[in-house]
Amino acid sequence: MKKKEIFITSAFTQNSVWRQILGICSALAVTNLMLNSLVMGLGVIFTLALSSFTISIIRDLIPKRIRMMVQTLIIASYVIIVDLFLKAYYPEISKSLGPYVGLIITNCIIMGRAEAFAGKNAPIDSMIDGIGAGVGYTIVLLIIAFVRELFGFGSVFGIPLLGDWWTKWSIMVMAPSAFFMLAILIWIINTPKLKRG
Amino acid sequence: MELNAFIIFIAAIFTSNILLTNFLGMCSFLSVSKEVESSIGLGMAVVFVMTITSAINYVVYHYILVPLDIIYLQYIIFIIVIAAFVQLTEMVMERFSPILYYSLGIFLPLITVNCAILGVSLFMIIRNYSFIQSVAYGAGSGLGWLLAILALAGIRQRIKEKYVPTGLVGAGLSLIITGIMALAFVGFSGIVVIQ
Repeated sequence: MKKKEIFITSAFTQNSVWRQILGICSALAVTNLMLNSLVMGLGVIFTLALSSFTISIIRDLIPKRIRMMVQTLIIASYVIIVDLFLKAYYPEISKSLGPYVGLIITNCIIMGRAEAFAGKNAPIDSMIDGIGAGVGYTIVLLIIAFVRELFGFGSVFGIPLLGDWWTKWSIMVMAPSAFFMLAILIWIINTPKLKRG
Repeated sequence: MELNAFIIFIAAIFTSNILLTNFLGMCSFLSVSKEVESSIGLGMAVVFVMTITSAINYVVYHYILVPLDIIYLQYIIFIIVIAAFVQLTEMVMERFSPILYYSLGIFLPLITVNCAILGVSLFMIIRNYSFIQSVAYGAGSGLGWLLAILALAGIRQRIKEKYVPTGLVGAGLSLIITGIMALAFVGFSGIVVIQ
């Protein structure tokens, strides 16, 4: 497979969130603000790319039985880097993301890519696949966050767009709207007429 | 702020439900909730593992990580504790109670990657709970998760035969049901609130 194909496949046609319904815990939790979603997405891209790369390099050295454990530890190490980086340079965002940065470890997308792709393919390909999956995930986060922030706060990336006449929908800030937004997104994408590939 | 452990327990079940307000444990929530019976199995396993691991992680964090000044390793340590505990439970269960093992055992490996378990440990550290509070929070969150998955499984079983738009079959529909459930749980938020 060509590099570009790998990227497109993992980012769009086989997007982890809407095709395989993976990694939605954090997809729902951080999407009330676009900035949080973007930071979270970048963290996931970083972790996915590097952990896929690392796992692919040592894929022949890991004994089958303890494979999962080794993968988890590799992922956890990269998540610690992300966490420390955020704490040091962006303490505000780190605080508002709370435990969800740490929960990237149990984000099933990363484990899923490690199992499905990185365990069988060359390092560079795996890294591209990881970046692709991460980008696909980030796009989903940003779409949901855009709607939620626009209706909930009347702003985009913290910049007020809708002015004072707009009545803020407090439901959009609360938990239930995240479920509805993701459901609607999945609904639209899975409607047969729109189905790609 | 000092909170009564019982209040935290109740709040973790209803007002700050780990699944419906913190969105943790969604992956297994959506995939296992097809049958009521397996939901109960997984739910019970979650309650058990969550309660015990929150206790163990509390001790490990406050008596090993903090004195040694290696708090930044908490993610790795927590994950290892959870994985090791799940493995141990599986072996003990298989040896002493084969019946329980066959009903709960198959769900145990799923639990290691259930983000709710790690989430509870992280929340309890961030919120500075005491030991009793942490255990109450762990048990409450587990029960809250059990309640949510049981409700979803029940609803899904009832509407299995009904017509739904093609694009909505499966995950989409489950998410909408969960959303409505979360909306209903918002109604509880008048009782107690923990942050």
